[in-house]
Amino acid sequence: MSKEKQVKVALVSCGSEYAGVQGELDKVTASVNAKLIFPEIDIASLDTIGRDFGIEAASPDLRLMMARAQAVVEGISDVDGVFITSCFRCAEAAIVRNEVRRYINKHSNIPVISYSFTERTTAATLMTRMEALTTIARRKHLLAREHQTGLTAGIDSGSTTTKAVIMKDDKIIGQGWVPTIKVIDSATEAFNHALEEAGVKAEEIQAIGTTGYGRFLIGEHFKAQLVQEEITVNSKGAVYLANKQKGSATVIDIGGMDNKAISVEDGIPGMFTMGGICAGASGRFLDMTAKRLGVEITELGSLAVKGMQEKVDMNSYCIVFGIQSLVNSLAKGSRPEDVAAAACHSVVEQIFEQQLQEVDVKEPLILVGGSSLIEGVPKALSTLLKIDVLVPKNSHLIGAVGSALLASGFVEE
Amino acid sequence: MAKVIIYPINSLILSDLVERFGHKPLAMMEKIKDKVNTVGVDSPPLNITAEEPKKGLKYAAVEVPAGVRGRMSIVGPMIDEAEAAVIVNEASMAFGCMGCARTNELTKYLIRQKEIPILEVEYPRSEEEGKEFVYKIAEFLKSLPMESRS
Repeated sequence: MSKEKQVKVALVSCGSEYAGVQGELDKVTASVNAKLIFPEIDIASLDTIGRDFGIEAASPDLRLMMARAQAVVEGISDVDGVFITSCFRCAEAAIVRNEVRRYINKHSNIPVISYSFTERTTAATLMTRMEALTTIARRKHLLAREHQTGLTAGIDSGSTTTKAVIMKDDKIIGQGWVPTIKVIDSATEAFNHALEEAGVKAEEIQAIGTTGYGRFLIGEHFKAQLVQEEITVNSKGAVYLANKQKGSATVIDIGGMDNKAISVEDGIPGMFTMGGICAGASGRFLDMTAKRLGVEITELGSLAVKGMQEKVDMNSYCIVFGIQSLVNSLAKGSRPEDVAAAACHSVVEQIFEQQLQEVDVKEPLILVGGSSLIEGVPKALSTLLKIDVLVPKNSHLIGAVGSALLASGFVEE
Repeated sequence: MAKVIIYPINSLILSDLVERFGHKPLAMMEKIKDKVNTVGVDSPPLNITAEEPKKGLKYAAVEVPAGVRGRMSIVGPMIDEAEAAVIVNEASMAFGCMGCARTNELTKYLIRQKEIPILEVEYPRSEEEGKEFVYKIAEFLKSLPMESRS
């Protein structure tokens, strides 16, 4: 990574230097060979920026945020990406942060991420986001790749399951899907399954790409050419599998531990948000629901489509309270199919509340990740958003396919 | 010499005025200088670490944003120490500013809760108002005891 050009990331923030997180911000940007810069502004513009931008914020630092965003858009400050951040729980900052993000997104092609911090925010929390931001800025040529060529492998070491695919000339010829137990052992097992199904040997593979939480560890183990976070890889994999590589698309990935909403343009991720406050809005909650209902996770979806979520009051904002409402509703005599439907609705409702408020939903809406295979989830999402939800074939293999696709860029290199 | 807290808390002009009349200004600049020069702490630009927002819990509850509590960890002890206060309302940003409106509200509130001599003046918008502004502050500072209570 250090051989690549250093990426200049504009820090458009309010209070980060007073909240004890500045050191963590510097640490995470350094780890992805990026540098935070403070866009220069004309100090006099602070007096008029409220009216110019349209929000007359009371906090001077928020006016500074708007002025810095304006400097980025007008090219006064030459940057490759923008990191907008403000304190968690500040309403005024949340309004300005969201509007500044929309403003940069509308008036420039510069990738942006937005985050609200607490003093507990660490470099590790921000790693995936910052890695995605710098990748979009740095590797646009790689992300523009629309076809998989040669014989490549992709391994997605997720929090719950590990997926592997072998691809040859735009076709999946082998796949493996195992629960994640020991990261390297599970990846090896999934990889071997995929190799066996494809009928090829590991040494024949021309390039390997890794993604997911265990990407660094397995990337080193398998000597991968591409080690990439899930936002870039999954959005690429989603539009590739859905055959929607041109134009706008929105990708929602409900993973085992968190979820992501990504706005994609011509196969390149633009705005994205990543949830992770509680596993209540993840596949893990659905897994626990299935266990409590005594059904296999593969049966939960068909059960949910038969039920009516309106009959059960459930809020899985927190996975513990979510299970509590599940237990309560069963104790009150609710039907399992209604509970299953309510669990699916609860997960997508949280994605709507937490993620989709920050990403403009543009059709097609592509739902990926293991949870997309639970029929009740796309149904609930479609009902909530009142648009068609597209679940591409092999949607659970999205990370592995995206990795194999992007890794094929290294075959030619 | 009285310990006089100023608002805006980083106003160079106010700090200078307080000093000229023989009192000790309690201002942000000196505290930040101490922070930046703290040996062994490497958290640029202000050397404020995750510990500061926790110290700020003395002045604001945990649901108050970390940036407010981080600022209050520095401003709060100055308010505790203050024996008098000069508050300038509606000041222009160039006169001094803390950046965060919520911190400003809390700072002024906590100063007003103390039973100490407080002068509140509006920021001047004309030369005439400017003269009046300096006069009021000078008279207030002259009225303060030259002996610190602590």
